[in-house]
Amino acid sequence: MNTIRDEIMTLQSESDLITVRQAVRTWMVPEGFNILEQTKMVTAVSELARNAIVYGGGGEARLLLLADAARRGIRVTIIDHGVGIEDITKAMVDGYSTGSGLGLGLGGSKRLVDEFNIWSEPGQGTRIEITRWKQ
Amino acid sequence: MEQFPVLAVGDFMMISLREDMSDTQVMNLQDELSKQVTLIRPKGVLIDISSLEIVDNFLGRMLSDIAKIVRILGAEVVIVGMQPTVAMTTVELGKTLGSVLTALNVNSGMGMLRMKTMSSTSLAAASGRS
Repeated sequence: MNTIRDEIMTLQSESDLITVRQAVRTWMVPEGFNILEQTKMVTAVSELARNAIVYGGGGEARLLLLADAARRGIRVTIIDHGVGIEDITKAMVDGYSTGSGLGLGLGGSKRLVDEFNIWSEPGQGTRIEITRWKQ
Repeated sequence: MEQFPVLAVGDFMMISLREDMSDTQVMNLQDELSKQVTLIRPKGVLIDISSLEIVDNFLGRMLSDIAKIVRILGAEVVIVGMQPTVAMTTVELGKTLGSVLTALNVNSGMGMLRMKTMSSTSLAAASGRS
């Protein structure tokens, strides 16, 4: 697996959220991802990046353009250093909420991508890695 | 405060959302639109979301909240122009606009509003309250 492009972006403010969404789309267009694939990935990134900003006290997004012999893909890793998620299994269920009434959208985001990996430690933060492949 | 262009069409009001609005701008829109509806008192409001490239959980909830608020303020609401790819993604994400009326484009949305407001006018007339 080769990394073709690698960029780390800050997630602190609402405008960072917009910048990251735009960057993901800009990276996907020349790779031949169609509009639906772009929309799914950007929506998932938007959910997770907003969580990092609103609940995680900010963090960063790492964008990677990957390639192996058969395919290319885009991977976005969202990292925050917030309170973390106590029960990941519970948090993945649709409608799970931290009390604000707005679900974290983790389960939904997972459905929008090809790969979804999550690591979280209470008090340490959360790292979520999502990947979308172009066959 | 952000300004949102509001278009008056007869008894109706139309507002077009811009792409890539920040969360605060969306919240301001809710505030501003509620004020405008109270001020202008339209029979119906058309919310055009054709420029939106994504509707995530937050935006989906805000849109359905905005529609509920406008209805409580006495106007019918139709959300129009959602891109097909956005609709597919939003459903897969697990978010729908609930009971909010939606239409493919401005034209059919206007037709829907006309039908909705016409029946409520004739109902009021029939009960002698016009």
